[in-house]
This record gives sequence, C-alpha cells and structure tokens, in this order.
Amino acid sequence: MLIDDLLSILPLLIVAGWATILLIVDLFIPDDRKGITASLAAVGLLGAAAASILNFGQTRSLFGGMLLVDGFSAFLQILFLGAGLIAIAQAFDYLRRRQIERGEYYTLLMFSISGMMLMSMAGDLIVIFISLELLSIPLYVLSGFARPQPISEEAALKYFILGAFASGFMVYGIALIFGATATTSLAGIFSVLAAASVMPTLAMVGGALLMVGLGFKVAAVPFHMWTPDVYVGAPSSVTAFMSVGAKAGGFAALLRILIAAFPAAAATWGPVTMWIAALTMTWGNVAAIAQSNIKRMLAYSSIAHAGYIFMAVPAAAVPEVAAEAVRGAVFYLMAYAITNLGAWGVVLAMEKAEGTGLEIDDYAGLGKRRPILAAAMALFMLSFTGVPPTVGFIGKFYLFRAAIDANLIWLALVGVITSLISAYYYLRVVVVMYMRPGEPETQTEPLLNSTVWLAALGTFILGVLPAPLLALARMADFINL
Amino acid sequence: MDFSNVLLTTVTFAPLIGVLVILFIPKERETAIRWLAMAASLATFAISMALLAQFDRSSSALQMVERRAWFSLAGVDIEYFLGVDGLSLLLVLLTTFLTPISILSTWTAIEERVKEFMVFFLLLEVGMVGVFLAQDLFMFYIFWEFTLVPMYFLIGIWGGPRRVYAAIKFFLYTMAGSILMLLAILWLGIQFESFAVPDLIATANIPGNIQTWLFLAFAAAFAIKVPMWPLHSWLPDAHVEAPTAGSVILAGVLLKMGTYGFVRFNIPLFPQAAVQLAPYMALLAVIGILYGAAVSYAQKDVKKLVAYSSVSHLGFVILGLFALNPQGIQGGILQMVNHGLSTGALFIIVGMIYERRHTRDMEAFGGLWKVMPIYGAMTLIVTLSSMGLPGLNGFVGEFTILLGAFGSDAIGSSVYAGFAAAGVILAAIYMLFMFQKLFLGPVDKEENKNLKDLNWREIATLVPLLVFIFWIGLYPKPFFSLIAPSVEKLVSALGTASMVVR
Repeated sequence: MLIDDLLSILPLLIVAGWATILLIVDLFIPDDRKGITASLAAVGLLGAAAASILNFGQTRSLFGGMLLVDGFSAFLQILFLGAGLIAIAQAFDYLRRRQIERGEYYTLLMFSISGMMLMSMAGDLIVIFISLELLSIPLYVLSGFARPQPISEEAALKYFILGAFASGFMVYGIALIFGATATTSLAGIFSVLAAASVMPTLAMVGGALLMVGLGFKVAAVPFHMWTPDVYVGAPSSVTAFMSVGAKAGGFAALLRILIAAFPAAAATWGPVTMWIAALTMTWGNVAAIAQSNIKRMLAYSSIAHAGYIFMAVPAAAVPEVAAEAVRGAVFYLMAYAITNLGAWGVVLAMEKAEGTGLEIDDYAGLGKRRPILAAAMALFMLSFTGVPPTVGFIGKFYLFRAAIDANLIWLALVGVITSLISAYYYLRVVVVMYMRPGEPETQTEPLLNSTVWLAALGTFILGVLPAPLLALARMADFINL
Repeated sequence: MDFSNVLLTTVTFAPLIGVLVILFIPKERETAIRWLAMAASLATFAISMALLAQFDRSSSALQMVERRAWFSLAGVDIEYFLGVDGLSLLLVLLTTFLTPISILSTWTAIEERVKEFMVFFLLLEVGMVGVFLAQDLFMFYIFWEFTLVPMYFLIGIWGGPRRVYAAIKFFLYTMAGSILMLLAILWLGIQFESFAVPDLIATANIPGNIQTWLFLAFAAAFAIKVPMWPLHSWLPDAHVEAPTAGSVILAGVLLKMGTYGFVRFNIPLFPQAAVQLAPYMALLAVIGILYGAAVSYAQKDVKKLVAYSSVSHLGFVILGLFALNPQGIQGGILQMVNHGLSTGALFIIVGMIYERRHTRDMEAFGGLWKVMPIYGAMTLIVTLSSMGLPGLNGFVGEFTILLGAFGSDAIGSSVYAGFAAAGVILAAIYMLFMFQKLFLGPVDKEENKNLKDLNWREIATLVPLLVFIFWIGLYPKPFFSLIAPSVEKLVSALGTASMVVR
C-alpha cells in the first residue's frame, strides 16, 4: 500500500529528492561551470516528467486522503515541470550575463516546483499550507537573487513580509475551519458542511481567510499590491517563472478547496469571487495602460489574467458548470504559461547586463533588427489580448463560455470589455517594435531564443489545433471523494 | 492531386503558399517578392474561377461543402465547415479579383519593407476569403478577428503621418464590436450545442426578445465594420492614413464583411428581430446616406472625400438588405460588389496622383485633363459609376435597392427610399464637384504642368475594374442569376417570421 502510494507521487519525490542531492553536488561544481548544475536540474525535471507520464491517468486518494492524484493534478504537474524546464533554459545565460550565476538558483527553483506539485495534489488543509510554504520560500530567496542590488533586495523583502502575512491569514483560517468542523481534510470538511443545516460561522470566516491568503498568491485584486514591485525588482528570469508557477499553484489550491470542500457554501463564495474576478480584470488592465516599463506592464497584465482565470471560480459555484469551469481554468493556466514564458523570454533577450533595456521604448526598431523575435513578441501580445489564431483566444473562449453557462453574462461582458482595454497596451508594444525607428541591442543566446520560438510555436499551433490540449484539460477533473 | 473536393480550402489558403515562399526570399530582392506576391494572388484568382465554374447557379443550397470535426470544446463540436452559396460567391470573387489589382497598384508606391508588406497582404487575403466561406460561427469569428491583424500592420507601418493613431483606432473600434458578437456566439453555442450556421437556422427556435438582444450583439460587430452612422468615425482615419492598396482592400472588401455579416447571420438567424428592427436599420442607413454625402462635399482632401462617400454608399447597401425582399437584398449584394469596384478604383486613382504630387488637396490641382488625358478619362468613368449613372454598375445596384426599399413591407414606409433617392443626387454633386476641381479649368499650378500620364502598369491596374464597371452596368443578369436562388430562399424563410411578428 505504502509502496503504491509512493509510486503514485514518484514525480514529486524525484523533484524534491533530486533538489536535495543537487544542493550537495553543487558544492563540488566549480563556480565557472555552473552550467553543469543547470543541466543536472533539467535532467531531474525530465526524469520527473517521465515518471508523471508513466503515472498518467491515475485517480487515487493517497496517505489517508492527504494527497489526491487525479487528472487535475496530472495536468498541473505537466505545466509545472514544463515551466520549470523553460525557466532553467531562460535563466542559464541570463544569470551569467547579469553576473549572478550561483548554483543554488536551480536548486531553489526545483524546491519551489516540488511545492507547486504538492499543492496540486493536496487533499488536506495542512498539506496545502506546507506546500504553500515550500512553493513560496524559495521564491522569496530567488526574488532577492540579484543582491546586492537594492531593487532586488527590496523585492525579496516586500514579497517575504507580505507573503508571511498571507500565510498568517491562511493558518488562522485553517485553525478556524478546524475549530468548526474538527477536521482539516477536504473530504471531511465537505461531509461536515453537507450535513450541516446552517453553515457554521467559524468555517465561513476560516474559508474567507483562506481565500485572502490564496488571493495574495495568485495576485487578485485587492491582494495584488505587492505584484508590480516584486515583478520589477526580482531578476526577470525569476519573475517569468513566478508569474506562471505561483499563480497556477495558488489557483490549484483555491479551486480544490472551494469545489471539493466548500460546495455547500457556494451561495456565499460565488458572489464574492465574482466581484474579485471583475475587480481584478478591470484594475489589472486599467493600471497596465499607464506603465512604461515592460516588466511593470507585464506585472499588471499578470494581475489582469488572474482576473480572467478567477472567472472560473464563480462559474464553478453552479454545480452543473463546475467541471467545465475547472477545465477552462487549467486550460487558461496552460495558455497563459506558454504565452507569458515566451513574452518574458523576449524581455530577457532585451535586458542588458546592467539591468536596463526594460522600457517599452527600448523596443523601438525591434521589428527590423530582429524580425523573428519581434514577430514572436507580437504573437504573444495578440495571445494576451485574445485575438485568434492564438492559444490565448481559445483560453478566453473557454472561460467566457463557462461564465455564460453559469448565467454570469455580465461578468463575461466585463471580461470582453477589459480585453478590449488590454488591446490598447498590448498593441503599444507592437507599435513600438514595428512602427518606431530604433536600433535596439539584443542578446542572441541560443538557449533563450529557442525557448521563445518554442513558446511562439505553442501559442500559434495550439491556437489553430487546440484539440490535444483540450483533450488533456478534459481529463483534468477532481477525484470523487 | 485532386483539389476538386477541397476547392474551398484551396482557395482560402492558397495565398499562404505565397507567404511561405516569400518568407524565404531575402528582403533585398524586392522585385522578385512583388512578382511572387502577384503570382500567388493571381493563382488564387484562378482557383476562384474554378470555383465559379463548378458553382451550380440553379441551387440555393450551400455548395462544395467541406465539413469535418475540428475540435470539441466543453462537449460542443467546433467544425471546420466551409461552404459557398449565392450570398458569398460574388464576394469571394471580388476579394480574389481586387487583391492582385491592389498588389499591382503598390508596385512603385511601396518601396520600404516590401517583403513584410506582401506577407501581410496575402495573409489578409486568407482572412477575407475565410470570412466569406466559413459556415461555423467559431471559425467565422477566427477569420473575422484575424483580418484585423494584417490590416493593422498595413496601416500602422506603411500609412500616412497619423498612421499609428489610425491603426490603433481601427483595431480597437472593430474589436469593440466583435467582442459583443463573441458573447452572442457563445450563448448560441451553449443553448443549441452547435456553432454551425445552417444547423442553427434549421433547429434553433430563439424566443423573440432574446432574438433582439442577439441581433444587436451581432449588429454591433457588423455595424462598426460597415460602418453605419454613428459608428463610422474610425473609417476616415483608417482610409486616409492607409496606403493605397490598404484603402482599396479596406473599402473594397473589409467593409463588405460587415454588410455580408448582416445578410449571412443577422437576417437568417434572428428573422423576427430583423423584421422588427428593419425600420430602425433603414433609418440609420438613410441618415448614413445623407450624412456621408454631406460630409463628403465638405472635404478638401480627395481621399477623405472618397472615404466618406463609402459611408453614404454602404448606407444604400444596408437599406437594400433590410428591405427584406428579393429586390432589396439582391440589389444590396450586387451593390457591395459595385462599391468594391468603383471605390477601389477611386482609391487607386487617388493613389496615382498622390504618388506624383504627394498631396491630395483638391486646391493643388485643376485642369489635369489637359495634362493627363488617359487618367482623366478613366477617372470620369469611375466617378460616373460611383454616382450611379445609368449604363454603369452603380446605377443597377442603387436602382434595384430603391425598388426594393419602396416596396418593402418590413421598412413600412416609402419615406426612407425617398430620402435615399435624394442621396443619389447628392452623390452626383460631390463627385462632380471633385472631378471639376481636379480635372477641369485651366492648368494654373506650375507643378501640374509636367505631370506624366498613366504608364502601362497603371492602365493595366484600372482596366480590369473598368471592364466590370461596364459589364455590370450593361448586362447585370449573369450576376443577379448567381445571387437570386439563395436570396429567394432567405426571403421565403423571412416570410414565416414576419407572420409571427405581425
């Protein structure tokens, strides 16, 4: 039994174990050959990916319900491992260029990935809390990786303090829920609440506190304040990974908790999350218009996209729509991951050694100087906007569909109108690249370039032929508890 | 290889082959790139001729249908579904016909970044043909939105001084309308579990009040594209700033996507709403006709004049379509083609003089006929066609539309048609005013005295357009016979709806 359970979480064990080993191995790798560490980390992630392919299709409850292996966790594990591999490829030359190449970067990255993977499988509030910390603490450190640059240190400190604050909310929420239901397992909470004639107030308050903590992780309004500063201050390779991984991790927990444990309280959290979604889409997109720094612009764009994904949550409050809403959310998470990693890859290629080259105006003339890079960036911007034929369009289509199916037509309307607003600032990048003269300096690092091309191909091909990813998302259902 | 059963796919994506080849040509070899683009667009035109040859004119059904599953989203199949009928055939031909002409018109006008220009131009053709052939709402939307992207680049990179502003305005305006349509498409897909237009028409039984909402959501997208008054303000900017070829395609084809949308989707999908709202649509159309004409008359910039005249001319098309009777709709569809030909030609004509003088201000010209007689003669024909002189194509379209509008039960009053007829007179005023300013009188400006008349390439650009201007004007029967069966079917379906309404 135990062996079976362990085999089911083999990908997670590989990532966590390999990270621990790598921590020691790295000590013996000379400073000028940290590429070895990067390659070893990539090998570890590939091994985990192979294991998760072998495990694919399992639907099991493990360790007495502590962990749940299902289509949902399998889908997200593919996302985390893929994003991790791209993050390593993007970081490799970038760290060297900025002279912050240290082996622990890759180890920390792997620990964070293991936290995300654990999060996607969590079936118990305690596991959710542990995985949240495992996911976050390496990210705090990575944000400050460009020390002693003050901006990076500030980002790390800000992220850490606000993150710790959010964790506090989470723990308090878990404690209250435990007090009300005498259990921390999602299945247990579900059955207590389902049997209750009146929703226990403590559990409600606890659930609200949990939502605050996770809202912070996914950067939803009004818990988004940290996002722009941290995204700008952290080294760009970290931001790229963080904006994808932490968001997906946060949504994994949020969806799992609300749908698996709290469906009885859907009448309460449905309207609340509806407003959060509307506010997040609106504020993220409106604030992004005013930005002149590309990292800051992408930070607000990341808030806005959290809002789009958040649309799936109130839609999931309607029981008949819940399954499709979750599928829509994970599909969008993958679409966002592909597009966003590509866009950040272009940012990395444009960033100079001393950390400049991050203004949108610095992109002037890119269309002539680096036609393929600029075309890729234009494609990512279109995908963010939701213009076909890109994967971002299919993702938005899926989410809007879920919202309309749940009779939240006005929320879908907010979604499309804010998409229109977003077109303005995404197009500005395209305008600067193609319609303004300039001689931008760019990096031509093969590994980085290939991640951009890969992302561009993914954005386009999955926009025209989304069937494989849709099929994968169709399997991304929760286990029946 | 046998293309006969994938003819529609071939005609849609043939320009892509040209794009792929051009991508591999070094950008310095501009002449080669121009010839390749030309060859690709001509090949597409040739394929569309094969389409015409296979088309069965007696049938009102969708023909040469290609239908297979594309993917399935949330349990609803989204199909790769192409088909052609009388409503779309002429517009496909118009697209494939105008594209090579536009490319020819850019031969010397576009000298920078030729490679990118041609790539975007051919991509645009793919999008436009796709719009007219797609029979699945999802697929239609993809083509519809996709056309924005290349056009945005064409205006933004190769346009006039305010190109960036115009390009963004064009993009945002059009997107604003289409996102409302997207929501309506989603709603239809959820309710009736299909995005295929013929299935929706056959099975969907949409309650009347919901029809109105859906009609309005679709109409938002199409009315902006047409553009109908008061949603037209993007059009003068986009037209004036766009390069000549961009203006030709914009006026010739992209605007027709809006009017086509009404006749393909709004009228058959929401017949009750169409009948109920027809008087309002007619009202907006008539305001557009008169307003466009009045504003045209006030312009000093020739290109702006032509741009505003489009608002006026497309008002006629809308009036015809919402007459909801056979004459009106047939006239409307034919007038889409006519407007594409004559306004396309007008933009080419403006482009020719702009290339020589780098100004489009009417005050800068005068007496050009003496200097450039060939140019003058061709302009005269096109001008007369645009204002609807009998014997030329514009007359046939406008006359049929007015005939339909006068006898329309749906519009309910002949006042609209009466005012629209006044628009014909106004058109004559502003078009002749322009012609007089440019071509008649003495050659009083020094710069105009040595202008070269049209060269062979320029004549070859205009002649094909003139041929059709005469052909449709003198013998429109073959064109009407292509449209008629499909229109009859559409109108007979409307009959039941108007019974329900009344």
